[in-house]
Amino acid sequence: MNLSDSKKKLALAGVLCGIVAALLAYFGNPSNMAICIACFIRDTAGALGMHQADTVQYARPEIIGMVLGAFVIAVATKEYRSTAGSSPMIRFVLGMIIMIGSLVFLGCPLRMVIRMSAGDLNAWVALIGFILGVATGAFALKKGFSLGRSHETNKGSGVVLPALMAGILLLAVFTTLLKSSESGPGSLHAPILLALIGGLVFGALAQKSRMCFAGSIRDVILMRNFDLLTVILGLFVVMLVFNVATGRFTLGFDTPGVIAHSEHLWNILGMYAVGFAAVLAGGCPLRQLILAGQGSSDSAVTVLGLFFGAALCHNLGLASSGTALNAETGEVVAGAVTTNGKVAVIICIIVCFVIGFTCKREKAK
Amino acid sequence: MKEVDARGLSCPEPLMMTAEALKNATGPVKVLVSEAHQKTNVEKYAKDHGKKAVTTEKGSEFEIVIE
Repeated sequence: MNLSDSKKKLALAGVLCGIVAALLAYFGNPSNMAICIACFIRDTAGALGMHQADTVQYARPEIIGMVLGAFVIAVATKEYRSTAGSSPMIRFVLGMIIMIGSLVFLGCPLRMVIRMSAGDLNAWVALIGFILGVATGAFALKKGFSLGRSHETNKGSGVVLPALMAGILLLAVFTTLLKSSESGPGSLHAPILLALIGGLVFGALAQKSRMCFAGSIRDVILMRNFDLLTVILGLFVVMLVFNVATGRFTLGFDTPGVIAHSEHLWNILGMYAVGFAAVLAGGCPLRQLILAGQGSSDSAVTVLGLFFGAALCHNLGLASSGTALNAETGEVVAGAVTTNGKVAVIICIIVCFVIGFTCKREKAK
Repeated sequence: MKEVDARGLSCPEPLMMTAEALKNATGPVKVLVSEAHQKTNVEKYAKDHGKKAVTTEKGSEFEIVIE
């Protein structure tokens, strides 16, 4: 089965992934998070006690399912290769940057698209930053950027992240060890089995279609190739139809309940950092989960960077707050970016420039 | 034959190197990649540019000759 050799199949993969996301939102996930990688890794980090923000703690079966889904389909189709050695610690830092930028904007590129499909204009503003970030990363690639080669390594190394994910699932199902939010977004979730199946299907489809949010725009900029963008468009259209059909579509800024804010500059800069770092890391957060599932220890280290970044964001007050309704007064309280978050995003962008323009391919030096 | 060794490199480096090599090449180009999705990408790039790609598996890696 190859889903990446024609635009029709790619669009179909996007549509199917969109249906999974819509179903999960319908059955209980926060509606315009649906299956946001950054939010759900942040929640899982919270479940493990890596941060203490008690409204965003829940071991999301979707994340676990995506890694395991990619792992199973990669093994079944002989695409599993245990590899490592392409600048792992730089990838760790890129993972941190992707998470910090995401939590200042309030969503990964996947959630940005889902928010766009729900009429959230803040996400459309952030798209400008994301495209500029990807374009800067593409420019670095043209100037010879590379993190070097990975090599085949001990077969067991590539299994570690999928095994850890399976371990988290077992702890979540059979023990009370993990933290679980009683209020806030962490308390909203689809039934475990449905979320797990959704994650498995999403992961398998993403593995076969090479779905990548950063890659889709990167390929358009670098090679005028619209293949990966087709997958994203498929997902966007399904989510748009779902949101309109179920009354979840609200066009505007500052919509309470969306978990978003309207600080335009920081929406742009947050997603700029995400787009830039994701191109340098070779893929968006979703793609990192999938590559880690098919055996890349380098991507697994990037995923660890995402977890670490999520913990930092909530322990050090870098994450933004979303616009919300004050339950007592009924007033709309605008979401805001913290000062710490602003400083962190600027540092992240500087670090991206340093990495992007100092790490060169052998011949490009 | 011109050879592009893109084994172990992250996307989109294998494709960028292939494109660069094809731009300057007069004869066939041999591309070495590690991952299946990169093999598909290179084959598709060749096809989209009116060239023929023949792939052979070399252990766990791929050799694609484009002409």
